[in-house]
Amino acid sequence: MSKRVGIEASFAVAEAAKLARVEVVAAYPITPQTHIVERFSELVADGEVDAEFVCVESEHSALSACLGSSATGARTFTATAGQGLELMHEVLYVASSARLPIVMAVVNRALSGPLNVWGDHSDAMATRDCGWIQIFCTDGQEAFDQTICAFRIAEDAKVLFPVMVHLDGFHVSHVVEPMFLMEQNEVDAFIPPYKHPFPLHPDRPVTMGAFAGPAIYTEARKAQEEALKTSKSAICAVWDEFGKRFGRRYTPVETYRAEDAELLLLIMGSFSQTAEIAVDALRQKGKKVGLVRMRLWRPFPFEELRQAVRGAKVLAVFDRCLSYGGSGGPVCGEVKAALYDEKERPAVFGFVGGLGGRDVFPEEFERIIERGFALADQGQESTYEMIGVRE
Amino acid sequence: MAAKTEHELTWRDLEIGCIVTEPGNASSYQTGDWRSQRPTYDTAKCIKCGLCAVNCPEPCIHETEEGFYKADLYYCKGCGTCARVCPKSVITMVQEEEK
Repeated sequence: MSKRVGIEASFAVAEAAKLARVEVVAAYPITPQTHIVERFSELVADGEVDAEFVCVESEHSALSACLGSSATGARTFTATAGQGLELMHEVLYVASSARLPIVMAVVNRALSGPLNVWGDHSDAMATRDCGWIQIFCTDGQEAFDQTICAFRIAEDAKVLFPVMVHLDGFHVSHVVEPMFLMEQNEVDAFIPPYKHPFPLHPDRPVTMGAFAGPAIYTEARKAQEEALKTSKSAICAVWDEFGKRFGRRYTPVETYRAEDAELLLLIMGSFSQTAEIAVDALRQKGKKVGLVRMRLWRPFPFEELRQAVRGAKVLAVFDRCLSYGGSGGPVCGEVKAALYDEKERPAVFGFVGGLGGRDVFPEEFERIIERGFALADQGQESTYEMIGVRE
Repeated sequence: MAAKTEHELTWRDLEIGCIVTEPGNASSYQTGDWRSQRPTYDTAKCIKCGLCAVNCPEPCIHETEEGFYKADLYYCKGCGTCARVCPKSVITMVQEEEK
């Protein structure tokens, strides 16, 4: 039986990688991800896990080394944040197109410049189209659980895609939480051994990463897109089984007090917990408001999202990222696109905040909700508004 | 899968991750269609030294039964290195459009 312990989320993620019996970790330390790889390298040095820890000179090399190890059929893990994820950028696309089930914890951090090591979702959003499965965690317990699930999802024969487990820098990564860790035998029973259908092996030569000219590139893209879209059912099946075994249930989209809600707040990541407090306070005052938490970002949960917001009049989407010169927050833009074809849909308003580690307090989420109602009353189609910015 | 050419394959035919499971099939790739110029030979001047074959970056120049050297146009990219290194000016590069 798993026991409840007080542990920092970063250490819990390292523990999850250990329990998953990871065979290779190639990583480069960067704030705020450092504690994950630091802790994992300790576990390797102490002989607590039988894994190779490859010290590399950059994140580009880290993910490149992961490509090689995953291609041989070794269970592979890495972690990064912010600028590190950016330096991995070109290799991200190679990992997904080669269908290598690498698991990566991304401790979300703002991007330079100005230089900022604190949390927001700019790093994640810059990798939106790289073809990885992307899951956003709410708290440390979920970061632990999703890291465990990520190996099972990534290596599923019906999936075989790399997975990013996103946890908010500092707000999740550095918080010591009481959480349930799992026993080795429980994890062993949950994650079967990794078997890639065509691992690199001298006895059975294959070519990975071959070039594809104009005659075949489009077909390669289509095959990848279909595979990523259909991976959603396998992701849900893994989460269902996790829920049955361990009692903590995860779905692509989750709602909080959304029944009969006129206004819904949609948020990814840990700030959704802060927003719950705002929802509670407004419900107390008789306002019909609720929350939608989006957990699965890629593949995008179209059906689940449409279902979750059905019946609401107003949808206020909170983004911790700004797409310069575009439609504002990337999540809001995608949510709007997902709802465009719906006959009846809520009026959608975008709010951008929590950038570069800026806290957003429950009162601010209350103001977002009030503002959402006001904009809807005015019938005003604003692009987006920035929260907490000093004028 | 091997029965279809690159232009016939559908997205469903591709192996996972576009992995190529047949080793050595790079030789079926026709690099010759990159060529805009092809080598022509005045064999009367040829001393059969083989410098062209040694220097061919492809390498696609092979010795013929008569002991001369000739590029395999399936692979020859038309770079002209052979023409440049030939000590007897045997090889002349001509535009593909020219007969």
